Amino acid sequence: MNLNGVLAIYKFEMSRTRRTLMQSILSPVLSTSLYFIVFGTAIGSRMGNIDGVSYGAFIIPGLLMLSLLSESISNASFGIFFPKFSGTIYEVLSAPVSPFEIVAGYVGAAATKSLIIGALILATARVFVDYQIDHPVWMLGFLILTALTFSMFGFIIGIWADDFQKLQVIPLMVITPLTFLGGAFYSINMLPEPWQTLTLFNPVVYLISGFRWAFYGISDVNVAVSLGMTFLFLLLCLTAVWWIFRTGYRIRH
Amino acid sequence: MQSIISIQGVGKSYASGFTALKSIDLEIQRGEIFALLGPNGAGKTTLISIICGIVNATSGKVIADGFDIARDYRQARSQIGLVPQELTTDSFETVWHTVAFSRGLFGKPANPEYLEKILRQLSLWEKRNAKMLELSGGMKRRVMIAKALSHEPSILFLDEPTAGVDVELRRDMWEIVRELRENGVTIILTTHYIEEAEEMADRIGVINRGELMLVEQKTELMQKLGQKQLNLYLQSPLESLPAELAQYNLTLSEDGTQLTYTFDAHQDTTGIAQLMRSLSQLGIDLKDLQSKQSSLEEIFVSLVHGKDV
Repeated sequence: MNLNGVLAIYKFEMSRTRRTLMQSILSPVLSTSLYFIVFGTAIGSRMGNIDGVSYGAFIIPGLLMLSLLSESISNASFGIFFPKFSGTIYEVLSAPVSPFEIVAGYVGAAATKSLIIGALILATARVFVDYQIDHPVWMLGFLILTALTFSMFGFIIGIWADDFQKLQVIPLMVITPLTFLGGAFYSINMLPEPWQTLTLFNPVVYLISGFRWAFYGISDVNVAVSLGMTFLFLLLCLTAVWWIFRTGYRIRH
Repeated sequence: MQSIISIQGVGKSYASGFTALKSIDLEIQRGEIFALLGPNGAGKTTLISIICGIVNATSGKVIADGFDIARDYRQARSQIGLVPQELTTDSFETVWHTVAFSRGLFGKPANPEYLEKILRQLSLWEKRNAKMLELSGGMKRRVMIAKALSHEPSILFLDEPTAGVDVELRRDMWEIVRELRENGVTIILTTHYIEEAEEMADRIGVINRGELMLVEQKTELMQKLGQKQLNLYLQSPLESLPAELAQYNLTLSEDGTQLTYTFDAHQDTTGIAQLMRSLSQLGIDLKDLQSKQSSLEEIFVSLVHGKDV
């Protein structure tokens, strides 16, 4: 195991985060704060409780998940895309690091950054809304698992993308709509049929539902199903990464 | 001498059907400077990239310092440093950080004393806190070398080390390479500057269209393929080449004042003595004479074109 190699990549990525603090940490915290102000405090105060939870508090897990997904994907995808784009990837490819170590460095750093953002958002939310966390260990577990899974998904996108547009297209065109329609702002029980059933095909529903259960003990789907779906997605990403390195897809010709 | 790199039947074809390398066999000796010479697109970078692990070979195998580059990639790659052709750097990183990153990436624990030594050796110490984007092209090239040396490799690949570099820096670069060799590093450089190969290499391999056309000691190569020319400056101009001289490989300059005799310096009889006698018999007096050995460039052109025709 080349631990120094993993650490070199990890530290390099984290120092990139420090250099771009405004864009990488403050901007997602600011935009999530705006959601809290508009939906939580302003509109939320006129809305009734959902499953016994105030609307402002109800949207916290969904909003956190929204940031976590988009930040994990964009951090990890940019982290591997940029060396490919600038050519500096040659050094990683010629170094005695295994595929697992490369992924651990890049994905580990992206996930760490997402977790920092998550923690900041939770702290910021406290300013606007009163909330509780019923199952803090589970909450942390979901948080870490989701950050890791979607950072890995971002890594895959970064490998796949051969231009800046492709880098943006999945987060903007797929992840954001799926999150908005995945119950970030509502309980899926509030949807009429057939939308309620159709929504179950949206994987983000399971992430948000499980996460919300960790906060308030309420969920749209069974928490075991949520956990299972998150692991399934992690497994799919791991398989894709394994295939990428086995075939050299878009990195080693 | 013991070989440090053994390239056995290495080929590379792409899905498009393009063959970048046909089956290459090559042994690099420990401690030598080997120049891989060839025109653009000959396959030099592809071969280097395969050895360094950036490109997968379609066939064949490479052993670096006793380790198979595919099976024992960790041990093999730890021995190898690569300075790529393109100046690809992380613009916002400082010189120090980017070199320290490379050392870590190659699995070595931090060693500020060693990094200081190589930065001083490459005249980069004063610039250690400068960001890469603040450096000139020549300085960036030095940083690339420092990165490649950061993990103390025993084999160093320099892909077109002086492409786009001014004459002064090129001389500096050659000096650096010689010092490295004195420290026991085996150096493989690619170049399409003949001058560079001629100046630096112990051995030269000529590659063209994915084929290794020859591998020779530099001096032997020059001797083997070196044609010599003897320029004869005449006392009084000739209108045409006398028929008596037709048996010699001679050309007369346009103004008739100079005869050029081309011969093979390694033949037992070069024909010079006979030519001199013939000239004397014809009453052609000489003002001066000068002989010239063909350069590697001329050798190279004749090789590459000879194959093309």
